[in-house]
Amino acid sequence: MKPAEIAALLRLEIALDLRQRAAWAGMLLYVVSAVYVAYLAVKGDLGTATWNALFWIILLFAAFNALARTFQREDAGRQLYLYTLVDPRSVVLARALYNAVTMVVLSLLSLVVYTVLLGNAALEQANLGQFVLSVVLGGIGFAAVLTLISAIAARAGNGIGLMAILGFPLVLPLLLTVMRASKLSLDGVAWSVTSTYFGGLVLLDVITVTLAWILFPYLWRD
Amino acid sequence: MKQWWWKFLAVALLLFASIAAFWVPLAPALVHISPDRITPGPVELVITGYNTHFITESALEVWLENGQGKWCASDVTPVDDTHLKISLDAPAGLKENLSTLALFSGRDGLLRMPEALWTEGTGNNGVAERSSCVPGNTRSGHLFVFPNRSILYESIRNLHFHVPMWFTMIVLMAISVFQSIRVLGSNSLMQDQAAELAAKVGLVFCFLGLVTGALWARATWGAFWTNDVKLNGAAVTGLIYLAYLVLRGSVQDAHKRARLAAIYNIFAFVLLVLFLFVVPRLNAVDSLHPGNGGNSGFSDLDLDSRLRVIFYPAVLGWILLGVWMYDLRVRAARLAETLDR
Repeated sequence: MKPAEIAALLRLEIALDLRQRAAWAGMLLYVVSAVYVAYLAVKGDLGTATWNALFWIILLFAAFNALARTFQREDAGRQLYLYTLVDPRSVVLARALYNAVTMVVLSLLSLVVYTVLLGNAALEQANLGQFVLSVVLGGIGFAAVLTLISAIAARAGNGIGLMAILGFPLVLPLLLTVMRASKLSLDGVAWSVTSTYFGGLVLLDVITVTLAWILFPYLWRD
Repeated sequence: MKQWWWKFLAVALLLFASIAAFWVPLAPALVHISPDRITPGPVELVITGYNTHFITESALEVWLENGQGKWCASDVTPVDDTHLKISLDAPAGLKENLSTLALFSGRDGLLRMPEALWTEGTGNNGVAERSSCVPGNTRSGHLFVFPNRSILYESIRNLHFHVPMWFTMIVLMAISVFQSIRVLGSNSLMQDQAAELAAKVGLVFCFLGLVTGALWARATWGAFWTNDVKLNGAAVTGLIYLAYLVLRGSVQDAHKRARLAAIYNIFAFVLLVLFLFVVPRLNAVDSLHPGNGGNSGFSDLDLDSRLRVIFYPAVLGWILLGVWMYDLRVRAARLAETLDR
C-alpha cells in the first residue's frame, strides 16, 4: 500500500469527475426525482418509522445508481494501462475512498432534499448528531460493499442489472443495522445504547474494505 | 469397499433417524377437562388425555392439588383410553383459586395438568381440611417418548428434519467457498465446477429447510412466513447463491467466469457469516425460534436426551447425504466431460 499512489489515484478520480460534471448532475437529479416521487405518493404525515424506512430505500437505490459507474467509465484498454502503472490494491482502495466521499456527500444532500420535501416532523425529538453519523456511516458502508461488486459486474460486462442482483443481498446486513441505528437516533435514544450499532457499522465497513483489498488483485487479470 | 463406509453410515443414520422421528410416540398428557370450573361439594369431571392408556392400565389414581393440599377422586371410571370420568368431593376454603389436576397410571406415569380447574367460592382462605389421601407415586412413565409440549405437540418431530437441513446447507456452502479459495490460487476449472456444484446442492437443502420451516411455522406460529431474523438470514442466503448462479450464467469465458465467481463467493460468504451470526447479536433482535429471545430451547425440555438420541444421528446423516450428493454431482460432471472429449 503506497499513500502517494493512492493520493495520485484520488486526484485522477477528481479530475475525471470534474471532466464529466453531467455524471454528478445525473446522480443528484436521480435523488431529487426519487424524493419527489415519494413526496407525491405520500401526501401527508409520515410516522417516524416510515420516514426512516423511505429515506433508506431512496438512498439504497441512489447508491446503486451512483456507484455502478465506478469501474465502467473507462474502457478495458485504459484499465489495463492503469494496472501496469500502479498496484491494483491501490486502485481499489482509492476507488473505495473516493466512493465513500461521493456517498457521504450524496447522502447528506439527499437528507436535505428529503427533509425539505417530506417534512422534519420525524427529526423533532431526534438526536441529530447521531442521526447524521448514521447517515454518514451508512453511505460509507454502501460504498465499501458496492465498490467490489461494481468491479465484478463491470468485468462480467453486464452493467447495472447484474450489480443490483449481486449487491442487494450483500448490502442487507449493513442496511438492517444502519436502519436500526438511525431509527434509534430518531427516537432520541442515548449514546450508551446506540454506540454498539455504530461500532458494528464501523466493523462491517472495515471488514468489507479489507475483503475488497484482498480479493481485487485477482479480479483485473485476464 | 473401504472408502464406502461413510455412505453406509449415512444410510444407516438416516434410516434410523427418519423412522424413529415418526415412530416414537408423543408423551401422554392431559389436554382437556370438563367442566373447568367447580364449586365446593361433589362434582363430576370428564378428563381428556392424549396418547394415554386409561383402559389398558386401569390402576389409576386421580387427585387435586391446591397449595400444599391434595384431595383424591372418590370414583374413577375410564370411558376409553383417552377419556376418564371422575367424581370428586371438592373441598371448601381452598388456598388458591386455580387447582392442578394430577393423575398417576402405572403405564403412563405421573401426568399433571397445572391450573386445570377454577374453583369458585374458595371460602375461608387456606384453612381447608386436608383429606386423608396421600398419593405417593410421582415417577414418570418408562416408555421412550417425545416431549409433549403445548404449541408444538406432534410437530416436534420436524426437529429431526428441519434443523439438519440448515446444518447440511452451511457445510455445503463452506465446501463451495473452500473450492473457490483454491480456484484463486490455481485457476483450475475443475475446482470451479466443484464450487458451483456444492453451491447448487446447498441451495437444494436451503429450499428443503425453507419448506419444512414454513410448514412448521404454519402449524405453530400460525403463518408460513414471519419477519424473524433467522428467516431473513435464510432468505438472504438463498438470494446470494441464486445471484452467484446468475453471475456464472452471464460470463461466457470459462476462466474469467471461474475467477469472478470465486471472488463473489468468498466476499458473499464472509458477509453471510456476519449476517447470520453477528448482526442478530448486535441488533439484539428477538427471534421466535427456540433458544432465542427468551424462548426456551429444546434442551430445557424434560426428557430432552430422548430428542438428542435421534437429533444428532439425523444431523450427521443429512450432512453425509449432502456431501454424497455433491460427490456424485462432481463425478457425473467429470464423466460427462470425459465423454465429450
